[in-house]
Amino acid sequence: MSASTHEQAAHGRYDQVTIDRTGFWLFLFSESMLFLGLLASRFYLQGTFRPEELSQTLGLAITMVLLVSSVTAYRAETAIAHGDQTAFLNNTLATIGLGVVFLGGVGYEWSQAFQHFPPNTGFGTVFFSLTGLHALHVLSGVVLLGLLYRNGRLGKYSAEDHWSPEAIVKYWHMVDVVWVFVYMALYLV
Amino acid sequence: MKTISKGLVWGAIGFVIGAGLLAVIRLLLGLSAWAAEPSITLGSLTAVPAWLLGVGVWDYWAREWFNLPLKKYEDTGWRRYFSFSADHKVIGIQYLVTLMSLFLIAGLLAMFIRLELMQPGRDYMDSATYNNIMSLHGTLMVFVGVATIMGAFGNYVVPIMIGAEDMAYPRLNALSYWFLPPVAIFLLASALTSGFDTGWTGYPPLASVNRMGQIFYNLAFFTVGFSSILGAINLITTIITLRAPGLSWGRLPVFVWSILGTAIISFLFTQFVALAMLMNLADRVGGFSFFDAANGGNPLLYQHVFWFYSHPAVYVMILPAFGIILEIIAHFSRKPLFEYNWAVFGMMGVVVLSALVWAHHMFTSGMNGPLRVPFMITTELISVPTGLVFLSALGTMWRGKMNLKTPMLFALGVVFNFLIGGITGVFLSDVPVDMHVQDTFFVVAHFHYTIVGGGIFGLFAGIYYWFPKMTGRMYNERQGQIQFWWMFLGFNITFLPMFWLGINGMNRRVADYVPELGGVNLFVSMASFVLGAGFLLFVYNMVVSWVRGPKAGPNPWGATTLEWMTSSPPPLENFTHPPRVLADPYGYGEKDAPAHAVVGAEAAAD
Repeated sequence: MSASTHEQAAHGRYDQVTIDRTGFWLFLFSESMLFLGLLASRFYLQGTFRPEELSQTLGLAITMVLLVSSVTAYRAETAIAHGDQTAFLNNTLATIGLGVVFLGGVGYEWSQAFQHFPPNTGFGTVFFSLTGLHALHVLSGVVLLGLLYRNGRLGKYSAEDHWSPEAIVKYWHMVDVVWVFVYMALYLV
Repeated sequence: MKTISKGLVWGAIGFVIGAGLLAVIRLLLGLSAWAAEPSITLGSLTAVPAWLLGVGVWDYWAREWFNLPLKKYEDTGWRRYFSFSADHKVIGIQYLVTLMSLFLIAGLLAMFIRLELMQPGRDYMDSATYNNIMSLHGTLMVFVGVATIMGAFGNYVVPIMIGAEDMAYPRLNALSYWFLPPVAIFLLASALTSGFDTGWTGYPPLASVNRMGQIFYNLAFFTVGFSSILGAINLITTIITLRAPGLSWGRLPVFVWSILGTAIISFLFTQFVALAMLMNLADRVGGFSFFDAANGGNPLLYQHVFWFYSHPAVYVMILPAFGIILEIIAHFSRKPLFEYNWAVFGMMGVVVLSALVWAHHMFTSGMNGPLRVPFMITTELISVPTGLVFLSALGTMWRGKMNLKTPMLFALGVVFNFLIGGITGVFLSDVPVDMHVQDTFFVVAHFHYTIVGGGIFGLFAGIYYWFPKMTGRMYNERQGQIQFWWMFLGFNITFLPMFWLGINGMNRRVADYVPELGGVNLFVSMASFVLGAGFLLFVYNMVVSWVRGPKAGPNPWGATTLEWMTSSPPPLENFTHPPRVLADPYGYGEKDAPAHAVVGAEAAAD
């Protein structure tokens, strides 16, 4: 994401990456607050109630998938920081793949959940709102990683200029960390 | 103009796409293609991004993602005010003019409220119309209160005050502004369909079962939230990263501190109001049951989530006003700001405490009884940091050489009005008293004293203070002072009797009241019409002075902060050379005090 002429003129004296990092961290904090609100609502509405039909195996499996995807995302970022284009592309692709698997798992979970606790029941409301909002974030992360892969193929990033990969990987980690809390709140309490 | 028409066309296409997608899904499920509320909600959620792409995100931003050349901005002439401009000074004026227009509309609605309440009984409108007008008045005024000072002066003044050439993200800044027209369209659509009668707070269960106008209220609030969060992130990043060399945190003008505190509240808490709106939409159109007690929900959840933002939001309205009046009082008393550190500490203390007080809006709601006591205590604690700000203002004036021009008069008005608003707040935070006056005109009087008497008076102080900087021309001082006294007296005779009305049992949000209160209500209505008429003088003064007021020059007030060290209005990049800051900005009355900063060729010299 190169800056416009006006932006470049405005920031001649400053390090653009410092500015971008500051703003992006603020954005991530701000975004997490949305989940904090929903997590609090889960306990406010349902206490620690958890229906027996919730599949622990599936929950654990998709959690592992998402955690592993954070590792590949991290490897992609490190690779491009060292200028290793091949490893960057491969790890990005692996992250996309794991993200898609996760979404598939959530989709399957929903098809089961619909039968036992649809959204118009108490637990269904908190379950579908939390996983739905999170899945929306995973989906946008997958789209962003796709753009990253396409631009990476065009050779747009290098060891000197890799703010976009860094930002998107940070976003992916945020989505991951949020899931850890969502998982605990829905499956483990 | 081209920008707006293009945005409207793209927005309409976006609406068709969203509603069309839903129609396809519904047809596949064997349902009818169009269902009013779900189709409108989905359509609107795609229409807003499409509108943003249309007004300029595509032309000036997104094209480069597809390796297309970007369009060039319009940098000069009046047309830039109607276009997607990334210049923070243009955006500041866009915010100011748009929101002041909304302010005048909302004020007109208040006149209708007072018309109906002039005499007991229902005289001019039925209850439903009254409730719609009251709700729209409240909602518009809250939007004006939340966004105006931060949008207008946060954008226009803060980058200049810190010696930057623009905001950290100029295009994101433009984006934040262009969220506002859809908000106006949503509220218009609400009024045209059925209106909403929940008041600005939109509580379920009424909001869950209400007529269709309610979803437009939800969508409007949700959209304002987006604008607010993005604007806040931009301001915090700007203040952290773009300060001029030498401008350490301890030398930051106090107005910049107040905007920083405000932005911290906005970027951390606005999500909660967006969430409350989304939950209500999910209940209404998605078949969820957040607030449906029969199906495992709880309507009280809405109040918790809503107030977790909306109470901090009142500090979003008042903190920047504190910043403006401290700034003005220092410069117009020709004295260093009294106990600068404690004033800043006070404002930051308000930011921290604002997160811990929300349930004082819910004392009579049926919340957990014993929990009311800690909320009472935290609420009363807030008067301590607020008191620090007050002491700083008073200490600065003490034995100062006061120059009673219009901005200073408005600043003094804030000190007077907010004192009454703040002290009556202590009564309301007290659980037993609140039991008695909850939902009465006592509450109405209290929050008008804080938000209008504090926030809006602060806004007017800022408008008069920075008018010469923003337009390059001087307003009419005589008319300004007349407007101050008109507004100050009109405001106080309107709202002071409302405390008495509230204690005597006049409910808010009801079109009628017991006949015994008729006399005082007649007086209040007359006073409010006088107050309302005062704004016509303000509009006249502003328009005429903007067109043919005398030239103001770079520094008509003899003030010391950086925005007064450049021409009026400042050039596109604000300063000819990047300024260097040498000392704190309030060096009045100290012998051989160095200037706050050097600008121009001198700054570039070494």
